[in-house]
Amino acid sequence: MTRAAHDTEVARTTPIVRATLAQAAMELRLLVRSAESLLVTLGIPLGVLVFFSVVDVLPTGDRSPVAFLVPGVLAISVVATGLVAVAIQTAFERKYAVLKRLGGTPLTRGAFLIAKGLSVAALLLVQTVLVVVVAVAGLGWQPGGGLLLAPLLVLLGALTSTALGLLLAGTLRAEATLAATNGLFLVLLVISGVTFEAEALPAPLAALGALLPMGALRNALDTALSGEGLAVEATLVLVAWGLAAVVVGSRRFRWEP
Amino acid sequence: MPEAAIDAAAPSGTAIAVRGLTKRYDGLVAVAGLDLEVAIGETMALLGPNGAGKTTTVECCMGYRIPDEGTVRVLGHDPRRDRAVLAPRTGLMLQEGGVYPHAYPEEVLRLFAAYYRAPRDPEELLQRVGLTGSRRTRFRDLSGGQKQRLSLALALVGRPDVLYLDEPTTGLDVAARRSTWELIEELQADGVTVVLTTHLLDEAEQLADRVAIIDRGRLIAQGTLSELTRAEHPRVTFAARPGLELASLSSALAVPVTEPSAGQYLVDADNEPELLVRLSAWLADRGERLEHLHTGTSSLEDVFLRLTTDDVEVAP
Repeated sequence: MTRAAHDTEVARTTPIVRATLAQAAMELRLLVRSAESLLVTLGIPLGVLVFFSVVDVLPTGDRSPVAFLVPGVLAISVVATGLVAVAIQTAFERKYAVLKRLGGTPLTRGAFLIAKGLSVAALLLVQTVLVVVVAVAGLGWQPGGGLLLAPLLVLLGALTSTALGLLLAGTLRAEATLAATNGLFLVLLVISGVTFEAEALPAPLAALGALLPMGALRNALDTALSGEGLAVEATLVLVAWGLAAVVVGSRRFRWEP
Repeated sequence: MPEAAIDAAAPSGTAIAVRGLTKRYDGLVAVAGLDLEVAIGETMALLGPNGAGKTTTVECCMGYRIPDEGTVRVLGHDPRRDRAVLAPRTGLMLQEGGVYPHAYPEEVLRLFAAYYRAPRDPEELLQRVGLTGSRRTRFRDLSGGQKQRLSLALALVGRPDVLYLDEPTTGLDVAARRSTWELIEELQADGVTVVLTTHLLDEAEQLADRVAIIDRGRLIAQGTLSELTRAEHPRVTFAARPGLELASLSSALAVPVTEPSAGQYLVDADNEPELLVRLSAWLADRGERLEHLHTGTSSLEDVFLRLTTDDVEVAP
């Protein structure tokens, strides 16, 4: 290799940190740009929290509605952003050849995935803070503990949800992803014990809900925020979903339309 | 460093070397044993009917597709294995899409600029492709031509050494096509290697140093424009008063002259200076006026149509 060619290649190395941060900022702007997406990611969780705290119509057990609702609403936020919003956004990026085009830039797949994760994390931070502020300041919620554990569980839930969202986006057609995630989200809202006690459901449905990511995250957060430490079983369910999504996704994900 | 060995193996001056490339999709052969070589700084037009294998060939060069057989080397590198080396030096324009539907031209250009160590100024590029007025229009709301021009700007922002343009001016109006050509000509002057797929013959004539005509996955002709067109019947045509004395003229020029239509004459010979002198002298001796003279070659269109004539599906 000539000196000039060598210098060219050195000068051409990819500024990986700058590229990843710029990508994450773009992903975040796109996440909050569409009104439909914001309705799902911010509107639904906050709406559920405020409405059902104030209007006590649902079976929430012997606790105050807000104490029951906070873990569930956090789980809704995580799934809405990590799974629903990421899946739909990424599915259409694939459909419109954005992913293919990015494959022709120096942005690596690893940097791309990290950027997606960072954008989800940033939006979730805002959502979590909003939920907690509204619950504490507006609805008189006092956590029973888990101030260190709960954020870690939110992070784990976000990783699992994002992996599942990417799996759907990379394997289904965009329209199918849109339908599947919205349908799945509605089903999860009903069977995960996030808005009302799962005990009000038929037992098999409640059991199923606890084995799906939203219910597992809700249960783990509930245990942590009640000051009862780590709910091992629910946490393992989350980890298993995340690992399964990563394993299947890394084999099946298609970048091209 | 490993790249050194790879680069040393590359013949100097070759940007892209494709050897025996074969690619099938579900058993259908898209490219069948294609050989292609593009020199550094050269513009190569891949010309062929739709479905000829042009895009597949480019996508193998980009590393998007794994060849079933054969090898592809770009700047001496394997496009898939050495993506980290090639991607920063490569620019790309897909046929369509490739941009976030809800993103603005300005922010996408800035985003892409962030991928490269020393990018071009996004603002300058936005001006060059005439999108300053649409800088805050969502991509999906841009016109087809504006989308094309943004795609071109995105291909250029990293100052590529090798540029792939897949149908760069399809759907552009005449003015936008001209300004796109100007932009590409500037890159050519800077020594950028350009691979251009097109089915527009005038685009190939305008931009390409060499043309490769591809049909049904095979390379059926390759060369400079003058090489390709000279391989056709060399000829000189001229217009004059109808009914010139052909026998006398043919013997004066020592080559056959015909009058295919009234007043249109065809001299079946190459464009030699001597021939034109004799033609002029013969006409002058008889006081005949030369109305129109066309020397040399048939057009690229003639070549293309003859070579791909079996399945004529040439876009206008």
